[in-house]
Amino acid sequence: MRRFKEFLIEKIILLNGFACILFVILIFFFLAKDGLTLFKTVSPWHFLFGTLWNPLAEPPQVGILPLFLGSLIVTLGATVISVPLGMACAIFIGEIAPRWIRELLKAGVELLAAIPSIVIGFIGMTMLGPIVKNLFHLPTGLTALTGSLALAFMAIPTIVSIMEDAISSVPRSYKEGSLALGATHWQTIHRVIIPAASSGIVAAVMLGIGRVIGETMAVMMLTGNASVLPKTILEPVRTMTATIAAEMGETVRGSEHYFALFALGLVLFVITFFINLAADAALHQKQK
Amino acid sequence: MKTKVMVCSFLFFIGILVPLTGAIAAEGSIQIKGSDTMVNLGQAWAEEFMAENSQVSLAVTGGGSGTGIAALINGTCDIAEASRDMKPQEWEQAKKSGHDVHEFKVAVDALAVVVHPSNPVKELTFDQLSGIFTGKIINWNEVGGKDQKILVLSRDRNSGTHVYFLEHVLRKGNEKGPEQYAPATLMLPSTQAIIDEVSQSDSAIGYVGLGYVSPKVKTVAASKMNGGPFVQPSKAAAMDKTYPIARPLLFYTAQAPQGSVKAFLDFVLSAKGQEIVETMDFVPLGKKE
Repeated sequence: MRRFKEFLIEKIILLNGFACILFVILIFFFLAKDGLTLFKTVSPWHFLFGTLWNPLAEPPQVGILPLFLGSLIVTLGATVISVPLGMACAIFIGEIAPRWIRELLKAGVELLAAIPSIVIGFIGMTMLGPIVKNLFHLPTGLTALTGSLALAFMAIPTIVSIMEDAISSVPRSYKEGSLALGATHWQTIHRVIIPAASSGIVAAVMLGIGRVIGETMAVMMLTGNASVLPKTILEPVRTMTATIAAEMGETVRGSEHYFALFALGLVLFVITFFINLAADAALHQKQK
Repeated sequence: MKTKVMVCSFLFFIGILVPLTGAIAAEGSIQIKGSDTMVNLGQAWAEEFMAENSQVSLAVTGGGSGTGIAALINGTCDIAEASRDMKPQEWEQAKKSGHDVHEFKVAVDALAVVVHPSNPVKELTFDQLSGIFTGKIINWNEVGGKDQKILVLSRDRNSGTHVYFLEHVLRKGNEKGPEQYAPATLMLPSTQAIIDEVSQSDSAIGYVGLGYVSPKVKTVAASKMNGGPFVQPSKAAAMDKTYPIARPLLFYTAQAPQGSVKAFLDFVLSAKGQEIVETMDFVPLGKKE
C-alpha cells in the first residue's frame, strides 16, 4: 500500500513536471496554427519588412517593421538604464553591504518586483511623462524613453536577484586568495568576482531583457503607440505587445487582421524563446 | 486541530455556494457582452431591470465590440453590445452558424473634438479634421491657429470610437475610403488618457465621448460642409441631429428577441431606460425612433 502510494505520488510529480513543457508546446502550436494562416494571403516579406501597419485599411497593411523597431528601441533603452543600475545594486548587496542593509535591500528589491505593471504605468503617466516632456521640450511626454524608464524599473528586480545569486555563489576561496595577494576590495570585485560570475551576469541581463520585451500594460500607457519608424528615443513608438493588446478586442474573428495579430504573437514568442535559450546557455556554461 | 478547522470552513463554503448556484441555475439568466464603451451603461440598465424583475439575472461583461459579436456567433452570449456596425464578414459568419441576427439602436454617443484651452481654433470642417487626422495638415496655422506642429491623438484600434471616427470623419462617410490615420497619430488606450494629454499639451487635438468633456479641455465646433454651419457638441444638438459626429450604440441578438431578452430590450427602449442613458452621459434616442 505504502509503496503504491509512493509510486502514485512520484508519477503525479513527473506528470506535473512535463505539464509545463506540454503547455509551452500547445501554446506554440495554437499560435502557429492561426499565425501562419496569415501567410496564405500576405507574403512573409511584406509582413516582416513592411513599414505600414494599417490593419483596418482595405486591403489591410500589416507590415510589422515599425512595431518591431518600437519594441527594440524601448527594450534597448530599458536595458541600457537597468543593467548598470542593477549590476551596481547586485554588487553592493552581494559584496559590500553590511548584513542588515543587505537584508533590507533584498526585501526592497522583492517588493519592487511585486508592483503590478499597471501601477508603474500609472505613475509613469502622471509623473514621468510630464518630466520627460518638459525636460526635452517635446510636444508630448508619451515617448519611447518614458516607456524605457518605466520598464527599467520592472527589469531591475529580475536583474538584481539573479546577479546577486551569481555573485554570492563565487567560491569564497577566490576572494580570500585575491585579498591575500594584496588586492584591494574593489580590485577583487572588479578583477576576480565579476569575471567568475560572468555567466550568471549574462543570464541575468538576458532574463531582464525577456521581462522587458514581453511587458504590455505599462508600455501601452506610456509610449504613445504611434506606428512610425522610430528615429530617436524621444518619439512616440508602438510596440508589438501593445499592438496585440490594443487590437485583439475589436478585430473580426478569422480576418486577416486577426491572423496578423497571431503572427505578431508568434514573432514575439520566437524572440523571447531565443532570449531565454541564450540565458539558459549562459547559465549552463558556468556549471561546466 | 488544523484539519478540523479546514474541513469546517470547507463545509461552510460549500454550504454557502450550493444554494447560490442553485438560485442562479433555476432562474432565467441573460449574458450580455461587448463594447467597453457600453459596459457601464449596460450595467446600469441591468441593475435597474433586475430590481424590477427579480426572477431574471443579467451578467454584463466587456472585452470590445468584436469580442461581443464573436461571442454572439459562438452562442455564448444572448445580447452583444456594439459601438460599431457588424462587418459583412461577421454577418456571413452569423449566417453560417444558423443565426438570424437582429440589430437594435439603443442609445447615441456624441463625440466631441477637443483641443487645449489656449488653442485659438474654434471651429473645424470635416475636410480639415480629415486632413489633420490623416496627416495632410500638420501645422495649426493651416487651419487658423498658431505656427505649431499638430499633435494628433486617437483612441486605439480596439475602440469602436476609433472605427466610427475613421469611417465618418476621416473618410467623410465613405466607409471603404482610402483614408487612414497618419502613422504619427498617438493611439491612446483610454478616453481619460486623451483628456489628460490634451489638457497638458497645447498643440494636441483628440476626440472623446461627450460625457468625458471637462473644463480642462476646449471643444471645437464641427461642420460637415465647408463654410458651416458649425455646431458645438451638446446633448441637445446630438438629439436634434444638428451635431454631425454622433454614432449609434447597438444591441445585437442572435434570434428575434423573446421572453426575458425581449422584456429587457423593451425596458432599455422605454422612457425609463432612456432616462438611464442620460444619467450615464450618453444621448438618448430621439422621440421619432
